[in-house]
Order: sequence, then C-alpha cells, then structure tokens
Amino acid sequence: MEKTQNNRAWFMVLPVLVLVAFSAIIPLMTVVNYAFNDTFGNNVFFWVGLEWFEEMLGSDRMWEALMRQLIFSAAILAIEVPLGIAVALSMPKKGLWASICLVLLALPLLIPWNVVGTIWQVFARVDIGLLGNTLAEFGIDFNLGQNAGAAWATVILMDVWHWTSLVVLLAYAGLQSIPEAYYQAARIDQASRWAVFRHVELPKLKGVLLIAVLLRFMDSFMIYTEPFVVTGGGPGSATTFLSIDLVKMALGQFDLGPAAAFSIMYFLVILLVSWAFYTIMVNLDREERTE
Amino acid sequence: MLELRGVSRSVRGRVHIQSTDLTLQPGTMNVLLGPTLSGKTSLMRLMAGLDIPTEGRVFAHGRDVTGMRVQDRKVAMVYQQFINYPSMTVYDNIASPLRLMRKSRAEIDRAVRGTAEMLRLTALLDRKPLELSGGQQQRCALARALVKDSDLVLLDEPLANLDYKLREELRAEIPRIFRESGAIFVYATTEPEEALLLGGNTATLWEGRITQFGPAPEVYRRPNDAITARVYSDPPMNFAPCRKQGHSLTFGEGIHAPADGAFAGLPDGLYRAGFRPNHLRFEAHSGAAVAFRCTLGIAEITGSETFLHLTHGADNWVALLHGVHHFDPGTEISLMLDPAHVYLFEADGRLALPASYAAAA
Amino acid sequence: MARIELSDLAHSYLPRPGGEADYALKTIDLAWEDGGAYALLGASGCGKSTLLNIISGLVHPTRGRILFDGRDVTSAPTTERNIAQVFQFPVVYDTMTVRENLAFPLKNRGRDPAYIAQRVQTIARMIGMENQLGRKARGLTADEKQKISLGRGMVRKEVNAILFDEPLTVIDPHMKWELRTQLKQLHREFGHTMIYVTHDQTEALTFADKVVVMHDGRVVQLGTPDELFERPGHTFVGYFIGSPGMNLLDAEITGDTAIVAGHAVPLGDRYATRAGRTQIGIRPEFVSFTDEDDGLPVTVQRIEDVGRHRIVRADLRGFAVNAVLPERMPLPADADRVVFAPEQIGVFVDDWRVEPASTGAA
Repeated sequence: MEKTQNNRAWFMVLPVLVLVAFSAIIPLMTVVNYAFNDTFGNNVFFWVGLEWFEEMLGSDRMWEALMRQLIFSAAILAIEVPLGIAVALSMPKKGLWASICLVLLALPLLIPWNVVGTIWQVFARVDIGLLGNTLAEFGIDFNLGQNAGAAWATVILMDVWHWTSLVVLLAYAGLQSIPEAYYQAARIDQASRWAVFRHVELPKLKGVLLIAVLLRFMDSFMIYTEPFVVTGGGPGSATTFLSIDLVKMALGQFDLGPAAAFSIMYFLVILLVSWAFYTIMVNLDREERTE
Repeated sequence: MLELRGVSRSVRGRVHIQSTDLTLQPGTMNVLLGPTLSGKTSLMRLMAGLDIPTEGRVFAHGRDVTGMRVQDRKVAMVYQQFINYPSMTVYDNIASPLRLMRKSRAEIDRAVRGTAEMLRLTALLDRKPLELSGGQQQRCALARALVKDSDLVLLDEPLANLDYKLREELRAEIPRIFRESGAIFVYATTEPEEALLLGGNTATLWEGRITQFGPAPEVYRRPNDAITARVYSDPPMNFAPCRKQGHSLTFGEGIHAPADGAFAGLPDGLYRAGFRPNHLRFEAHSGAAVAFRCTLGIAEITGSETFLHLTHGADNWVALLHGVHHFDPGTEISLMLDPAHVYLFEADGRLALPASYAAAA
Repeated sequence: MARIELSDLAHSYLPRPGGEADYALKTIDLAWEDGGAYALLGASGCGKSTLLNIISGLVHPTRGRILFDGRDVTSAPTTERNIAQVFQFPVVYDTMTVRENLAFPLKNRGRDPAYIAQRVQTIARMIGMENQLGRKARGLTADEKQKISLGRGMVRKEVNAILFDEPLTVIDPHMKWELRTQLKQLHREFGHTMIYVTHDQTEALTFADKVVVMHDGRVVQLGTPDELFERPGHTFVGYFIGSPGMNLLDAEITGDTAIVAGHAVPLGDRYATRAGRTQIGIRPEFVSFTDEDDGLPVTVQRIEDVGRHRIVRADLRGFAVNAVLPERMPLPADADRVVFAPEQIGVFVDDWRVEPASTGAA
C-alpha cells in the first residue's frame, strides 16, 4: 500500500509536536547545555567544549559499564529469542488450551518493573527466598550481596522470566499466519521437523523476530529499575549497567557535566542501533514486496 | 464526468502509470482490461483519489479534484475480497455509509430497501455476511457501494474470488445494475471475455499504459496495435510473419495468397500477421481461404469445442474448433484461414491493416 | 502409480452425524483408473475438497474405505500414501533455490545425489525452468512458483497419484493456457494418475479424460467431456457445464412430444410418462431463431457479443432461454420464435435424466 501525501495532516500533529517539544526536546537541550559547560551553581556556566566527552571516553568506568551492558543484552537475547520460539512452537494452535497458554504467558508482562524487581529480590534471598534458600540447602554459594555470579544469574533469570513471553507472543502470532498448505506440502515431501522449521517456519517468522529482537535489545540496553531493586548495581559494581552508572554519576555524585556527556553518547548509541535495525527491516520488507 | 489529464504516477523511480489522458462519461461502463501488474489497480486508485498523481490533474465534473481526499468525493470501491462488517446484518452493512452521512432514518430505510431489491438481497437483510454464500457476500459489498449514490463506482476484479458459475450469474446482472444507477462504472478484469460480456467501453492496459480506449466490440475487432490485440484475446492471438510483394502475400514458409482487396493498397514489405484461434477451421469458409499444415501438440476438449495447440514453423498457435475432435499428439493437420480474418501489424506493432471482416461492419 | 478405489465412503465434520444433511460427503463409490487424468468438478461447498483431503490422508473419513491398488490405506498417514499434491496457492520454500526446491522430496527420502541431479534436470526442462535452477525461489512470479510446486509434485517417479487443488487460481489467463498445456503434456509423458479439483468447467474439461461432477456431497456424473456436454445425467450437470448452461424448461411429456407453456415441442424419441417434476433440457448451442410460425414464442431481452460468438438472452413465459449464435451471423429482424434441435433435447424427471422408452423397440 502506497502512502498518500496530504499536507493538511501536519496541522493535526502540531499539538503533539508542541507536547514533545516541552517534554523531550527542551530537557534534552538542557542536557546538551550541561555537556558542553561547567557550572559552580548560581546559573553561571563556563564553556568547556568537548572536555567532558574526552573525560568520559577516557574513563574506564564508562567502558566497563558499556561492556557489562553489552554482555547483558547479548545474554538475554541469546536466551529469550530461541526460548521464545521454542515455547511458541510447542503451544497448541487453537482451542481452549491456546487461550489459557496465552493468558498465562501474558501475566509477567503486566507486572510493574519495580514489583518484578522486588519479587526476585525476595525470591533470591538466602534467608527467606525460595530460590536462594533452596540453592543454599544444596550447598551452592548463592549470595546476591557478595557473589557477582549469583547477582548476574538472578538479574538474567529475572529478565528471562519477565520478557520471554513477549517473544513468545510475537512468534506465536507469526506462526499462526502460516497457511496450513505449507505444512501439508512439507508432510507430503517428507520433510523432517527440523526442515519444516528451517525452511517454512523460520523464513515466515523473520519479520516478527526482527521486531522482537529490536524491542528486547532497546529495552535491555536501557534497563534500570529491576537490577537496581534486586542488586543495586552490586556487589561492587558487578551489575552496574549503563543507566545505573549514569544515575549514580548524576544524582549520587552530582557530576552533571560528565553525566550529561555520558547520556548524550548513550542516546546516540541507542539511536544508531535502532536506525540500523530499522534499515534492515525496511530492506527486508521491500524484498518481500517485490515478490 | 471524470477526466484524467496527463496523469502519471511513479514510485521510487519506478513508473506505475505512464502519462494518461482519459475521459469517462456519466452513466457508462468502462472496463480496464489487462494482465496482473499492468496498472489497473494503480489507475483506479488515482481515479478515486487514494493516490496522488506524480504529474497531471484529475477533474470531476470539470472541477479539479487532484489531491482531494477520497472521503470528500463521491466515490465507492468494491474489491476482489468480499469486504463487509462481519458483526452487522446485511441491512446494517448496506446502511452504514448512509449513517456516516447522517441521513434520516426514513431516508436510510428507503435507500437500503431499494438497493437490496436491485441486488436481490431483500430476503437476506437480517442475516450476517458470513452466513451468506460468496456471491451473496459480494452482492452485499456491491450494495454498500451503490447505496450512497456515488458519482464514481470502482470495481477491482470483483468476481475473481467467486466460483465460475456464480461469476457468470453476477456478471450478467452487473450491466443491469449499472444501467439503473447512472454513475460512472470502472471495472477492472484480466479476462477478455468478461470485458466483452459487460459491454460498454474497454480500455486495454499494458505495462502502465492505456493502449486503446473505445466501445468493447470495436477495440476487440479493430485493435490499434499487436499489444492490444494480444491483451484482448483469450486464447492468445496467433501470429505469423507475412511478406507482401506485388500481388502476392506470403505467410511463414511459402504459403501464398493473392494480395487483393484491401491488401492491394499496402506497401510491399515484411509484416506480422495476426488472427484469432476461432478463425482457424477445417473447412474453407470462402474461396480465398489459405491452408496451413501444422503439427499438433495437444488437443483439449471442452465438450462443445476443441482447442488445438499447434506448431507452425517457429510459431506456436492455438485453434478453437466447433465440435469434438480427437487427435493424437504429433499428427499433421491442415487448417484453413480466410485472409479476411487476418490483421497485419508493422514490425513495431502498429496496425497496418485491419481484418477486412471487421472493417466491413 | 496406482488404481484408487473409494468404497462406500462418507464423511461428516460433526462428531455424531444424524441425518443425511449432516454429511459433507454422502455415500460415494468410485474408482480412479491407474494413469488416468481426472477432474473433480463442482461448486464450492459441494464436498470436492473434502474428498481430495480424504484421498491424500489429511482427513479420515467417517465411513468407508480407500484402496490403493487393492491395499486398504484408510488409516494410513499422508507420508505412507506416497502421493503428491499441488495447492491453490504456490507453496515453495523461499529460502531454497529452484534446484533445491525440486530436489527436496527426493533428498528427504535419501535418494542417491546423482539420481537426484539427473531427475531435477529432467523436471526443470519439462517445466521450462532449466535456466533458473540456481535462483532463489523468493522473488519469482506467482506462475513461476506454481510451476515449481508442480515440478516438486512430478519429481518422484513412483508416486501413486498427483492431486491438484485448484492450481491455476492465482495465474493470469494467458499463463493458464501455458501451464494447463504443460500439465497435459506431463501427463502424457509420465502417465501419473492425476486428480484435478476445480470449480472452473473449462479447466476441468480441457484437462481431464474423465470428469467427476459433484453436487451437494454426491457424485452426479462421471463421464468424458463430450458425454457431459451432450448427455448430462443430471440437471446440475446441464447447468454447470457449458456457458451459458443448458436451458431447462418444465414440460409435460406425451410420447414423442413435450408441451412447454402450452406449445408442442417435438422430441427425438418416445418417452414413457412418469410421476415427478418433468423438464426438458436443451443446450443454447442447439437453439435457433426462426421467423416461421412453428417455434416457441419468445421475447429477446439482450444480445451479448463475446467475440467468437453471441449469446442471445430471451424470455419464454417466465423461463429464460439462451441461444448461441456464431460471430457475425445476423439475427432475423422479426425473430420472435425459437426451435430446438429435437435429437439434442434431453428429458429429466426429478433432476435425473431418463432414457427414451422406445430405444431399440421403435
């Protein structure tokens, strides 16, 4: 379907533009202002150019946080996407059970972030938490506050529990749109289960999976509340991801200049990655349409 | 009246519709005939105002409506898929466009019952669309398009998803319905026979271009060029090389016919001869008929007629014969062709000489 | 290849079917000869797709048996029946090349690579895609994709039957000609048993040697295209085959004369008088106009020019009567009467054709 050009449409979006200007663009400009200036209060600013950026790029702290962030995003993508597809594939296609499965799956998505964090914080505690206590009973050294491995495992497990459903729902919708004839043809061709997945299901899922990966990447790259509630970024700085680090820097230490430079770079990275995803998706879509 | 003046449309450098001039009169049936992707739907979307032309203007009743929203124009469209509101009854479906126009209850009732009567839906008004047959569902969609008294009704292959026999029935009804409505009808189809049955005007489309526009039988019998002849022929038109020299015509490999009558005035040279499958016959229909020896590929029998797939020299032909004829593949068959049924085209495809049987009428 | 036999077959989609109305397929006894080209023709909802799915093993019948060469396969799964199927919409594996698509059914059965390569080459030549073997299947046009589906169906030499489920639905009219002809040639060359399901009479008649006409869950006639045209066994066949279909008129029969709307119509033969609704049927091809007084009075309503012939739509006291005239043949100006060719008139009682009483005796 081609787009129709209609200039009048711009007037319709004007109120939204004004709203966005006040809620996003003006605060963003303030951040930009902080990033290039230094201040000693009283609204007195000194131009420092790229100094804050250079400081941030030179600091190990930001690079370490970025590494942790990338490892975290990669880990949850590597678990959630295959797991999500696997669950979607094993779900019933129609009937009462399909509806029940869908409702159950949607449940974690409806819980607020900080509640999810609290649930897992309690769940993983060695003294009263079911998970922590059970593992401790088996003699495994599991302590969120002291053991970095335990902290990582808990945070990843929590994210998988919270968000795999999203991948499942998307993949399930994708699977439903495959015409029955494809499965019949595959049966007649005596295709193996793997071949059906590889040549029928996966190609048809490509579009929704890209959306799932994009959503999960952006969300996980900006994750804050849950790890903050569960581990507070610790032990040490073992689970201090970019956003947690940023908040520590800006609100904990009041290093507004470096924090502003940091957040601009953070923003640019997300923008870049989203743009890359968007381009890939549009290109795929175009190929699809020329068929 | 709907007028397209120099209308064209390109998307990302790809030409969908080449520069087109077309005038459609109120109360006419206009069929867009062409294969898939020839631009039928693109042209309809330009007419409706769903797309804006890259160049050119669209006029409705002399008023420039280029860029005017489709909602602000009196346009109705029916698609290949049967599009109705599944949760509403047939009555409410037909009434829905009128309710959006905030007509009075009495007015709506009168219009709905009138349209339902015209489309033979009166007995089904209380049913839901999904309880109806495909033909009835499409009739309901048609009723919704017709009820609001549109100036322009666009039908995009409306019968393509119906069974053969239902298609035949609805196809016979559409000319009657359209005569009663007085709107401009534009009807897209890929089937030449459908274009002929609907009558009115035919515009043949090929690669985003209208190759010819005129009354259906006229376009069918006097195509301007080889492309139009090809589009307006099912089975496809047969072609053979033809040389005219002095008083003689030579078809393919040395089959001669006298170049008399209209052929006499034609300059000497090489042409492409085109003729329809139903004009190849076993028996000569006039003394002038020429015999072709062809090799049979396959014979298809429809019960009353036989299609023969033939090769003649380097050309593949189809012959459509009356009656049932059984042949083995590979048989040599002699078929007669009356030169009065032969069209001659220039090397670039333009019509050089229409078939004299068509010219005479 | 195999002879396929359906014995006392019936199917209902309801768990506990009661009366006959609950059955999508009423009792069917039918044999498909080995190597035959069959068409299964009927309107949508007549049960033809159900029947096809029962043969391919996708649906298990409520009652009856299916035999392949005498072997009972009623409860055998699709994979064991060794059949191929071509669907309404092209089913190709987008990620594979044309070659891989064609090789897929053989590869899955663990055939020898040299054999596969040779077989794929043969099939590619048959469907005219030799030059595109290396291309990815995605990006091909609908008719090219449908050719691949077709090729995948043919690639296994030893299949018992190839089933086609309205395979030309998405194909342009011009391409339909080419594909259908190719299909017929493939049948001639390989001699597979082919069953072609369609609602399009032209497709059915041109493809098949024998056509099975279905109506309302029943087989109403099995015959060659000319039999169906000339001697329809049921009024539905008369109506469904031919365009326009057969003219059917309520009549009273006495001996060799039918009385239609108060006028006598001579029949080609003598018929016994029977109880039930009696109709005579005549194909539009055998109706002609006359300006003499001997015919039936009609009013001409519309003349449609279809190019190669014209269809005259007329009314006879509320009955629609259609006639087909050759291209360019003039209709007499005061043509208000029609005559029927007596030997082409069929007599139907309660929708079924009845034979003349006097055959052989006269």
